[in-house]
Parts: sequence; C-alpha cells; structure tokens
Amino acid sequence: MLASITELFAEPRVLLTLLKVVCVFAVVMPMVAYSVVAERRISAWIQDRIGPNRVGIPFTNIKLLGLGQPLADGLKALVKEDFTPAHVRKVFYWMAPAVAMVPSFVVLAVLPFGSMLGAQKMVIADLDVGILFTFGIVSLGVYGVVLAGYASNSKYPFLGGIRSTAQMISYEIAMGLAVVPVFMLAADPAWQAELIDKSTAWSNYLNDTGLLNLSSVVAYQHESILDWLMFKQPIAFAIFLIAIFAETNRLPFDLPESETELVAGYNTEYSSMRFALFFMGEYAAMIAGSALMVVLFCGGWTLPLGDFFNTPAHQSLGKGLVHIGVFIAKIAMFLGLMIWIRWMLPRFRYDQLMNIGWKRFLPLSLANIILTAIVLWVLHS
Amino acid sequence: MKVNRTELTWWERLYLPTLLNGFKVTLRHFFSWKRSRVYGDKQKSYSAKTTMQYPEEKWDVPTGYRGAPYLVKDVDGNTKCVSCQLCEFVCPPRAIHITPPGDRGVVDREGSEKMPKEFEIDMLRCIYCGYCQEVCPEEAIYLLKDYAITGESREELIYDKEKLLELGGADKRAYDHHVQDGVEEGIKKWETKTREAGEQPGFH
Repeated sequence: MLASITELFAEPRVLLTLLKVVCVFAVVMPMVAYSVVAERRISAWIQDRIGPNRVGIPFTNIKLLGLGQPLADGLKALVKEDFTPAHVRKVFYWMAPAVAMVPSFVVLAVLPFGSMLGAQKMVIADLDVGILFTFGIVSLGVYGVVLAGYASNSKYPFLGGIRSTAQMISYEIAMGLAVVPVFMLAADPAWQAELIDKSTAWSNYLNDTGLLNLSSVVAYQHESILDWLMFKQPIAFAIFLIAIFAETNRLPFDLPESETELVAGYNTEYSSMRFALFFMGEYAAMIAGSALMVVLFCGGWTLPLGDFFNTPAHQSLGKGLVHIGVFIAKIAMFLGLMIWIRWMLPRFRYDQLMNIGWKRFLPLSLANIILTAIVLWVLHS
Repeated sequence: MKVNRTELTWWERLYLPTLLNGFKVTLRHFFSWKRSRVYGDKQKSYSAKTTMQYPEEKWDVPTGYRGAPYLVKDVDGNTKCVSCQLCEFVCPPRAIHITPPGDRGVVDREGSEKMPKEFEIDMLRCIYCGYCQEVCPEEAIYLLKDYAITGESREELIYDKEKLLELGGADKRAYDHHVQDGVEEGIKKWETKTREAGEQPGFH
C-alpha cells in the first residue's frame, strides 16, 4: 500500500499536478485577500471615504497604501473567540464553512489559466467534460450556505438558507442554458481540425481534447476580439454574468445574506475564523466565477494582439507566464466590475429576483438557444 | 393611501438606464479626490472625500464643547480653587476627590485663605457633564476642549492637582473658551448668571 503510494508520487505527472495545485492555491489565496482590500477601498471611494490605508509592513511606519490590511484581518479572525452557540447542530455547523469554501476552489481545477509552461498545459485537470464538471461543482457551493442556515438553528440563518436554495434553483437553470449556445458555436469539430492542421503550437495545445473541454473554448476565441463569445453571444453573456452574481451571492442578489433584513443571513451565528471561511469562500467563488466568464466569453488567456498573445507558448517560459498574467488581469477586471456593481445597485426584492430568474432569463436563454440554432443551420446549409 | 405607480416604459424596464445612471453617479464619487472641508468650513462638496485622518488631522472643537475638566489659574498664575468641595459633592460619578487642607490651611500666597492640599479627578470616571464647572463659585474648574484622554494604566488616568493645573493653564484659556457667553472682561460667572436670570421672563 505504502509502496504503491510512493510509486504514485514518484510519477512526474502526479508531482507536476500537485505542484500546479499548490501554485494555483498560492496565487488564488492572495487574490482573495486583496479582493477584500479592493472591495473595501473601492466602496470607500465610491462613498466619499478613504478606506483602510494604514496597515503596511508590520512593526514599521511604512504604510504601503494599506496593502498590509489582509494580514491584520487574517490575524484578527484567527485570534478572535471561536464561539459555538449552544442551540446549533454542531456537526453541520462545523462542516458548513468548509462546504461553502471548497467548491469555489475545486472549480478552478478545470479552468485553463494559461497556455503552456514548458511541456505542461496550464490547467490542473484537463477534463474533457470540463464545463459539466464546473456546473456540477458550482452548484455545490450553495450547500454550504444552506447547511449553515439549517445548522444554525435560528430564524435569520434559516431564512437566508431558504432564500439561497430558491435563488440557486432559479439561476442555475438560466446559467446552464446560457452556456449552451457557447458550446453550439465552440464545440464544432470542423474549426478545431482546421486549427490543429494549421499550427503546431495549437495542435500541441489541443492534443486530444474533447469539444466540451474549456481549453477548446479558449482556442475558439483566439483569432480576433470579435471571436470573443462575449460579442458573438451577447445575450448569453449578459444572462451568465447576472447569474454569476446570483450564484456568488453578490449584490444586487445577496438575498441569503441581506444585512438589512436578516441581520447577516446564513452566517449570523458564525464568528472568528469560521466566519472568515465563509467570507473567503465568497471571494473565492467570485474569482472562480470571473475565471469562468473569462474562459467562456472573453477569450481565456488569449489576447487578439498578434502571435505572441494568441498562440500557445511552445518551449518559451516567458510567453507562458505572460499568458497567465493576461488571464489574471482579465479576472481582476471582472472582480472590479463585481465589486463596483455591489456599491452601485440596491438589493432586489425576493419576488423580483424570482421573477427575473424564471420569467425573464429562462425564456430568454431558451430563445437564445433556438436563435443560435437557426443561425447555425442557415449558415451551414 | 393610494400610491401612484409610475408606468415604466419598456426601455426603463430593461433596467439599463438605471445601470448607466448608477455608473455615472458612482464614477463621479469614485474620482472625487479633493479633500472635503466639512470639518473646517462646514461645507460638504460632492466632489470631495469626507474622511478625517484622525491622529494627523484634528477635529475643530466648537466653543462651549464639554471636554475634560481641568483646574485653571488666575491671571497672576495662582490657584483659584478654595477647596470648598462643592464640585466633589455635585459630581455624579464621584470622579473628583479633594483633600482639604485641614485647620492649618495650605496657603502659598497673600490674600488667599484656603486651597486644596490635593485635588484628584479620575478621568476614567468623569462623564463630562460639566456640573463641577457649573457649581464652582470661584470659576476655578473648567471643562476645556480635550476629548481624547488616554493612558496605559488606571493610575495614570487619575490626574492630580499639579497635572490639572498645568493642563488647565492660566485663566486666559478658559476665557477664550467661553467668549461666546458674552463675557468680555475675564470670567465673572456671577455677572453672567445674573444677566441670564434677568433675561428670563418674570424674574424680579
């Protein structure tokens, strides 16, 4: 048993995957921390305040525009009393923060966050069912919220949990259907075969990938900015964007939390590091959602600025790193948008949220599928 | 009551105009880098940040503000307090503690009959109510403008006579503080009080 495990870890493929996991984690965690800082600073600026600008390097007077804030926040969360109320259902209460946080990170496993570094494709798990896996995992994120609401065993978290369930059901469907036209366009063997014939870099990158693989969606969008599915499928993009807001419980759809009515919603009974886990889970979900949007609608790691940016790196470390940088920059832009929207729009009422989900987005996304199908049929016949 | 609901046009119901307006408003506030003078000139400009960077920038304390109570000296630099202990008796949280001089009074100058041997104010207890200032017949204790009283131990925050006198300073400071009461030549509380009482209807 032990021997087989050591053998497994000695295999370079496994080691490299582990290395990638560690690297992605090491990049995403600071991103989570700094998106919290960004949230606080941007909200402050929008509200004519200054925001946290004091904490810099510990034990010095260097303030660094408040960039040391995550350290202070993290330390505070760790040192605070971890209080478990007497009336909670303990096992679920302990489980919920982890359940809320883990799926956001798991989603990142199948997202192609770069082209190639050396001979390694920059995706942790190159799944051919990438998008299906993503949807499966993204919807798991809601269970953390629901579980927290149930386990807390008091009224406000319970209401938050219920709202989260309803919200998940109404938006998941629209979100899933919005992505269908994307794959109607991208999952077409003809262009992929053509691309693989044309360039060795692409054939190397798309080596044996299925059509539902997310890296093939990226490849589909590499040519020009007009190939970005954001412009080819604007309705799908709009629905997906809004659904991501609802999925990640961000304003204007943060009904599970809605401070004004439900105290703090599902995390009312949580304190210290457990609350921080929910908080980190929310931001990690934002990052995962943004990454998903970048991959599906904004060309992934490509930029339509010539060969350097839109062909996969081939034995060039610098190029591979630049592609990862482009991907992160695109994510940052979506994060900025999400943060901005939060401080701009008021929260929707519960019935309005349901109305939009079921009566607007669902028919609209279905119509979009049919429209895309008709257009494709006309073009191909 | 009947609330009239406005019929929205299809364009408005698309939510897009609201979104664009939202961006307009938030962008205007986001890019307003000017510092507000709201704490100085009391003017809030819509293109300015209102935050006061506290320890570096200090709030402009208004006249008549009830800060920490200190003992003041007269214009010649003498202690005005005569150890009557009225403030000690009136103090609601019992923050003031006066040690009277006893029968052989501590007097350090001509013309003074009595002064406190020790005068302590526990700043942790003080509630800044101003009764001590109100009750003092000698105008010796005043609530000045200090509002951030900090220390590292409880003992440190019990201010003794020397410290209170030093912080209170000469009479001038209290005088400046109360100029708005219409007192012109130094502080003569009895005059002010008589005048105020005379201004009330039905006083004889």
